[in-house]
Order: sequence, then structure tokens, then C-alpha cells
Amino acid sequence: MKRKILSVLLCVSMMAALTVGCGNGNKTDDSAASGNADTQDQADAPAADGAEDAPAEDSTAGDAAEGTAGDAAGGSSSGEKLVVGFAQIGQESGWRDGETMSIQTYAEEHSDTIELLYADGQQKQENQIKAIKNFIEQGVDVIGVAPVVETGWDQVFAEAQDAGIPIILLDRTADVDESLYATFIGSDMVEEGKNAADEMAKLLNSSGKIVELEGTVGASAAVGRKQGFDEQLAAAYPDIEILESQTGDFTRSLGKEVMESFLKTYDNIDGLFAHNDDMALGAIEAIKEAGLKPGEDIKIVSCDGVKGIFEAMVAGEANCTVECNPLLGPQLFEAAQKLKDGEEVEKWIKSNESVYTADQAEAELPNRVY
Amino acid sequence: MKEKFNKLSQKKAFWPVVIFLVILLFNGVVSGGDFFKLSIVDGHLYGRVIDIFRNGSKLMILAAGMTMVLATGGTDISVGSVMAISGAIACSIVNGNILPGLNGNVVVAIILAILAGITCGFWNGILVAKIKIQPIVATMILLVAGRGIAQLVTQGKIITITSDAYYFINGGYILGLPFPLFIVIFLAGVLILFVGRTSFGLFLESVGCNPKASKFAGIQVDKMLLVIYTISGGFAAVAGLIESAGIKGADCNNAGLNIELDAILAVAIGGTNLMGGRFSIPASLAGALIVQSITTTVLAQGVPAAYIRVLKAVLIIVICLSQSKEFKEMLTSHKAAKKRKAVGE
Repeated sequence: MKRKILSVLLCVSMMAALTVGCGNGNKTDDSAASGNADTQDQADAPAADGAEDAPAEDSTAGDAAEGTAGDAAGGSSSGEKLVVGFAQIGQESGWRDGETMSIQTYAEEHSDTIELLYADGQQKQENQIKAIKNFIEQGVDVIGVAPVVETGWDQVFAEAQDAGIPIILLDRTADVDESLYATFIGSDMVEEGKNAADEMAKLLNSSGKIVELEGTVGASAAVGRKQGFDEQLAAAYPDIEILESQTGDFTRSLGKEVMESFLKTYDNIDGLFAHNDDMALGAIEAIKEAGLKPGEDIKIVSCDGVKGIFEAMVAGEANCTVECNPLLGPQLFEAAQKLKDGEEVEKWIKSNESVYTADQAEAELPNRVY
Repeated sequence: MKEKFNKLSQKKAFWPVVIFLVILLFNGVVSGGDFFKLSIVDGHLYGRVIDIFRNGSKLMILAAGMTMVLATGGTDISVGSVMAISGAIACSIVNGNILPGLNGNVVVAIILAILAGITCGFWNGILVAKIKIQPIVATMILLVAGRGIAQLVTQGKIITITSDAYYFINGGYILGLPFPLFIVIFLAGVLILFVGRTSFGLFLESVGCNPKASKFAGIQVDKMLLVIYTISGGFAAVAGLIESAGIKGADCNNAGLNIELDAILAVAIGGTNLMGGRFSIPASLAGALIVQSITTTVLAQGVPAAYIRVLKAVLIIVICLSQSKEFKEMLTSHKAAKKRKAVGE
């Protein structure tokens, strides 16, 4: 009997732990649309606000139109807040958390001029579409979205267009007609690959034998980075030879295992290019295991710029990372403001990215948030 | 001599071990002997065969636990998530993110992580044995929720640690051999002794064959299930420690992802009936080595990334066919028919 009670108690406590776990998960998703009902609630509340604001907004819209006619700088909109609805994919990786944080903190810091409506899509397209529809109803100025998948956006984007609300795609593209969105803010993966090739060439004095750890087969980051890297090597550095290229699925453990295999097949590896930092971090362990010094015997260049690789660079175990910047908040709101003011924006705004080498790592490390 | 061979080939572990050796031999021939090259680096052995044993250690541990679960006719698909939880807890403690009062004590971190795994296993056991939820559904709860729990522990980040003591779990060497191998020998050894030398093994097979009859025969089926799922959870936690130590970090999204399927495959290759009944832990260990050696083969041969999965699938089909009695009979009867035909003409 006693045991029975104990087991029931344990069950209850574990259940509680589970539900609490889920609850917290949602909470970290901020004003998350944890279910359809939530989305609805959330939509209702600001919608009511919207109704009150509506006349005022209309009048400013008129003003803005007049303003832009007379004053191209669009100073007239300064009195009215910029309202941006942003439909995020959800929690996915440290990188995406960094992006979400950047957008939210930027909006908070500029809360006198910016109002952000944030919706969490929980990795589901239908949630994101619902969020966008809500934003349209609420009459936001600009809608930002990081599309979870590429296809199926035509209709909802067209609805936004009919409502006169420009769409900004963030860090992921959507397979729609170019006229349906205003601009895409994101990284140029091919450019990152090229930059990585340049850095590798600098480290190796333009000649040597290297291996490549690819990302997940078919992932846009893997395809673009490989293309840029290989093309740049072929074009500018013919003396650098890629011995072998194999996928490490963007994970540390596979990065390590594949590197172990490389090290046994070839005993003359001068450099390693990894499509992301985590695979490089795994490979560093494999290189140490082989009795070699990562960063010295084998030069390491990778992409992304996560905190871990900066720590490795400070320790002298990695050489260079080509940043893939998730902190897109400032660029998002800058573009949104321009769109609201009726200014032209480029169809592809490339994110501000830099290349960090080992000697800059120590200074940069404290700034790394993701 | 032939008698001896026959006796040996009767053992369940015989054919899996032979297949494993054939895979090694194939690699050895193709690479011109390079595959078996062992050298001594920094005082420890270094080579591909060592890699197979070290990288395969996680799977061997999981397969050992999984064998018993499958022998009862159940299944435990939560092991990958439990690995993520144990890695997350251990790394967070070593890192000082949780329980900073411990100052990153590695031993305490390991103990707590294994306790967490045991708790997860116990939870699975209660669901299966007491509440009578079907095993695949019961363990699916942790499969799904486990990574969420792990992410809560790490706050959704990949935790990187620098502790060399913790790294020893995966990267350490004793007598020139990788430390994970000793963990496998210890855990599997204890389990094999326990199952072989006590009536537990017999009861286990009986439960797998017919749980109702076993219950009427006086075997405490519920208790056995509880123990077995708890062991599976504990073993998964150890595998999680090895995994996270190897990458010096806890990667909740990817640690042990889909490894439960590999573990089940390893047990199946080992010849244990997935519907329960007769089982062999050594055969499952050999099965785990086969699964790992397939990965190592693919990497060693430099197969283009896009073909890896297809090639693995083909290899697994071949292995399963070679294990299938019916298929062998089909082949031999076909041959015999041909022979008869040839003789007739």
C-alpha cells in the first residue's frame, strides 16, 4: 500500500514537472501563441486598441502621404509610432534566439518610437499565417516574417499587399513572386563561403591541402557556403586543394567523428573549413586526439560566429570565423521605417557581417550574446 | 573441429561477430591494410578500429539496456532524449550554470545525471508496468518531452565546458585503450552476469514469451518491467555522459537524435526477437559494433554525403537478409532445385 501511494505521488510529481516544463517553454516564447486560442486572445486585445487608434492612424496616414509629397525625408511620421508586426518561427537554435532577442531589445530601447507586435509561430506555418492575418486586421505599418518553410505564402502575402502593408522577409526567403514582398534582410551564404576561402588562403599563404566539413545535405547555408568557398578557391587560389568534403550535419558530434576519419585517411591536412562553428568545435577535439595542435598544425576557418568558437580562438585552437549575424533588429526597423515613409529599399538588404580572426577574438568575446 | 565450429555457431553472438569481422576485413582489403593501422599517439592507441570501439560505446551501452526491454516485448524509444537530459544536467553542473554551490564537481555532476536517467527510466517503467500504457506510447512521452526538459536545463543554449576531468569519460585512456570501452565492459559485464547467473534472465525470457502465463506462474512481471526500464534509463544516461563528454558540451537538439532507432536496429541485427522472448546481450553488443562500423566504413571510403543514407540502408538490408533463416532456406532450396534440374538433364 505504502509503495502504491509512493508511486502515485511520483507520477503526479513527474506529470507536474512535465506540464511545468511545457508551461515554461511557452513563457520563454514571450507573448507566445501557444495555441490557436491564445493567438485569438492576443489578437483581440490589441485589436480593441486598434479600433480606438484607428481614426488617428487614418489621419496620420493622410498626413504622411501629404508629408512625403512635400518632404521626402518623411519627418512628418516622427510623431506617430512605427508599428511592426513580427512573426517569428519559434525557438529553434541559439542563433534564432539571438535574432529574437535583438528584435525585442531594439524595440524596447526605442519604445517611444516603435511598437512591436511579436508572434511566435512554434515552428508551424499555419500559426505564422494566422499571426500575419491578425497583423493585417490590426493595421500595422509593416509586417516582418521569418518564413518557417519556403512555399505556401502567396495568398497571405497578397492579402497584406491589398491592405497596403509591406512585408519584410527576415533571414529566410519565401518562394513567392518578388512583387509580393518589399525586401529580404539576410545573409549572403555564398559571400560567406567566399570570405572563408579568402581567410583560409591568408592563413595558408595560398597553398596547402584542406578538408571541408559540410552542413546538412541540401540546407541553404551548406549549399551556399560550399558554392562560394569552392568557387573562390578555384578562381583565386589554385594551389589550395580540397582533399575531401563530407557532411557533418551541422552537429558537434558528427563533426568530430568525420574529422577523426579525415585524420586517418590523410596525414597532410593543413586546414579545415567547417560550414558552422559547432562542427569546427567537434573537429578541434578530434585533432587534439590525433596529437596535433588545432589552430597551428591545422588551420581552422568556420562560419556563424557563436560564443564557443570565440572561446576556442582565445585559447588558440581556432583561427577565424565568418560571422552570420542574427542580430537583425536594427536593420529590420530601419527598413520598416523607410517603408513607412514611402522610401525605396533594396530588394535584398544584406545583413551587417564581419570576419573575426583569432587576434580580434579576445576583444570581441564579451560582445557575443549567442 | 567441425563439432566445435558447430557448437560455436550455435551461439547467438556468432553470426553478428562474423559480420562485424567481415566488415572490418572488407575495409582492410579496400584500404590496403591502412584500416588496421594502429599507432601510438601521446601514449595511447590511435586508429580506426579504436575509433569504432570508442564511437560505438554509446550504442553498445544503449543496445545492452534495449535488449532487455525488447526481450519483454516492449520498447524504449526515449533513450535518445534521456541522453540529452543527462548530458544537459552534467554539463550545466560542471559549468556552474545550475547548483553553483558544487563548484563544478565532476563526480557529483555524473552521479546526478545518472540519477536523472534512472528517474526517467523509472517513470517509463511505472507507465508501462503499473499504468499499463503500451510501451511505445509510454516512452514516446519522454521522447518528445525529454528534449524540452533538457532545453530547460540548458536554457536552450549549447553549453560548452572545458573540464578535462569530464572529458576523460570519452577521451580518456587506460592502458592505451579508450575509457568508454571500460565503461561498456563493466556495465555489460555486470548485466550479463546478473542475467546469466540469476534466475532473472530466465524470468525475462518467460515474460517476453507469455506475460500472462508468467504472472500465473508466480513471476512478478510488473516489478521486472519496472527494473528493466529503470536500467535502460540509467544506461541511456551513461551514454549521454559519453556523448556530451566527447564534444565537451551539451547539445540538446542533437545529442542522441534518432539513436533509439540505431539501438533497436543493433538489437535486431543481434538476433533478438523484437516481439520478446529469447535474447542475447553479447549478440546485441556485436550488433551495435556492426551499426557503428557501417558509419565508419562509409566515412573511411569517402562516400559522397548525398549517398550515405542510401548506402547504409543497402548494407542493413544485406545484413538482415543474411540473418534471416527464411531467406537462407529460400536460397538453398533454389540452389537444390537447380542442382536437381541439372542432374535430371
